[in-house]
Amino acid sequence: MTSIGEPIRAGGPTPDIPPMQPVVPEPLGRPRRPATYWVTRAIFVAVLLFFSLLFLYPFLWVLSASLKSKADVFDNRLIPKTWHFHNYVHIWHAAPFLRWFLNSAYIDIAAAVSVTFVSSIVAFAFAYFRFPLRNFFFGCVLATMMLPGAVTMIPVYLIWHHFGLATSQFPLWGTNLFGSAFYIFLQRQFFLGIPREYFEAARMDGDNYFTMFWRIALPLAKPALIVTALFEFKAKWTDLMTPLIYLRSDSQFTIPRGLFALLGQWSPQAGGNGDYEWLMAAMVLSTLPMIIIFFFAQRYFIEGISLQGRKG
Amino acid sequence: MAATTTTAPVAGPLTRVRHWASGFRHRDTWWAFAFIAPWLFGFIVFTAGPMVASAILSFTDYSIIQTTHDVGLANYRSIYDDPYVLKALRNTLLWTAMYVPSDMILSLFLASLLARIDRLGSIFRTIFYLPVMTPTVAVGITYLLLFNGSYGLVDRALAIVGIHGPAWETDPHWIKPGLVIMLLWSVGSNVVLYLAALKNVPQHLYEAASMDGASAWRRFKDVTLPMISPTLFFTFIILTIYCLQVFDQVYTAFYYNPGVAGGTSGDATLFSVIYLFQQAFVYFHMGYASALAWMLFGIIMLVTVVQIVFSRRFVYYEGEAR
Repeated sequence: MTSIGEPIRAGGPTPDIPPMQPVVPEPLGRPRRPATYWVTRAIFVAVLLFFSLLFLYPFLWVLSASLKSKADVFDNRLIPKTWHFHNYVHIWHAAPFLRWFLNSAYIDIAAAVSVTFVSSIVAFAFAYFRFPLRNFFFGCVLATMMLPGAVTMIPVYLIWHHFGLATSQFPLWGTNLFGSAFYIFLQRQFFLGIPREYFEAARMDGDNYFTMFWRIALPLAKPALIVTALFEFKAKWTDLMTPLIYLRSDSQFTIPRGLFALLGQWSPQAGGNGDYEWLMAAMVLSTLPMIIIFFFAQRYFIEGISLQGRKG
Repeated sequence: MAATTTTAPVAGPLTRVRHWASGFRHRDTWWAFAFIAPWLFGFIVFTAGPMVASAILSFTDYSIIQTTHDVGLANYRSIYDDPYVLKALRNTLLWTAMYVPSDMILSLFLASLLARIDRLGSIFRTIFYLPVMTPTVAVGITYLLLFNGSYGLVDRALAIVGIHGPAWETDPHWIKPGLVIMLLWSVGSNVVLYLAALKNVPQHLYEAASMDGASAWRRFKDVTLPMISPTLFFTFIILTIYCLQVFDQVYTAFYYNPGVAGGTSGDATLFSVIYLFQQAFVYFHMGYASALAWMLFGIIMLVTVVQIVFSRRFVYYEGEAR
């Protein structure tokens, strides 16, 4: 019998065997589609085109508004009457925009790197080892995922306040040094899918558990790591509430906090001049990095979302 | 150890405890604990500890600034008497009830169209996902401009078709529908999720249904819906939890004005988390806010349990495959 402290041997969790599929003979040549097939298909594409236009229009509206003069922002033309590329120059002077970009970049990268790495160590332990209290601890991970942030928000603020960090940028990513329940869950799913033989072979080569994790498990889990880093980066890039709680001076602001401040400063309702063309330029600049990342890493975002849904 | 198992086939509780405790003698166990140590520390300090602290705070008038008193159940009694709590709760539930079905229906509609046009589908999928990448603050600002009652794009577009659009941002009856429409812009992640689920439905089920003469609607109702019901169920729960805690977009659109602390919507967008946030970090009523947080937690739990109980029978799990 295996004792509790030992890792589960190969074949512990039974691998999923796909059910047998009946062999359907492929029809010879391309099947002829009836005319109705092409008609319905055309209708579907037309409907989708309509919705695509609806989804893209706000982007186009904001982009074109960012190139207009102040008087024309709301004229609802897609092509500006006069082109004001100067808006994009002005925004860097009108607000500490470069500073916000750098702040966001620093916080987001620190958050993404730390949470990815630490969560993967923890997730690996939950997937590989069998140890006392493992199920209890994993239950805690799952429970944390369901817990609304509002419950812990105030005491966590008080902890940072106690250490004199409540007005610094550190609380925006500091807790990521201890991993995050959602990513631990996600990565554990991934590690469970890697056959144990890979790890056992490394053990035979005389690796200890950490070098095994480092040399074998991490490289194999690369897709899961990328998904984690991307999700966390995106989450921090758009987060508004935490910066509202912790950041006081505008030299500390992140991009979303900065945009929020600009709206409060320039909106006519709040006593500003209604400089929406600059605000639109700021919005384009703050959305662009996300769009670029998405185009390069689209596959991982799609995969990550499907990974979430798999364990319904 | 092997001897104990052979002489006592049914392990007594004492043996089991001893066996369990023997796990701690293994080197591997300590490796495992070393691996989970960062999480364990974080869990105790930033989750479990704060939960206890928040429960204790909810019985005090803690405010950081002034001295703290034990107030017993007074915070919870104030919740009961506070008209804003009820207003916020009603707003939040109403908004959630409006948003969740709209999101699910629209995503399912778009995903089923995408599933039919195989190769072209991935281009459209990219387009539908793009708004998800937009910072939530930018979504809030976009809402503010597009839905403006006098010069916003939405009302201008409605005027072209001859409809006199409502004052989306000031008429309390139209604020929530407007927000729903704007936030539907980010249905993309659900579209992706549903599309993946739809592609997993075995094709032969449709063929069998067609052979039996099932109409398109029947195929959808009796094949598609049951087969993707686990995904629908999952998103139903997750979306609801998300909606009950919505903050960024709404706070941007209606609470940006530092001069109007109560927001510019006349309480129509006073959602639970917004009220909690203001109590905690604008007025520093942290004891009261802790009590509000626990109330919100209780409501989210309650809603989730009700959802699980009532929708479980509609969920079909295929064999033991998952």
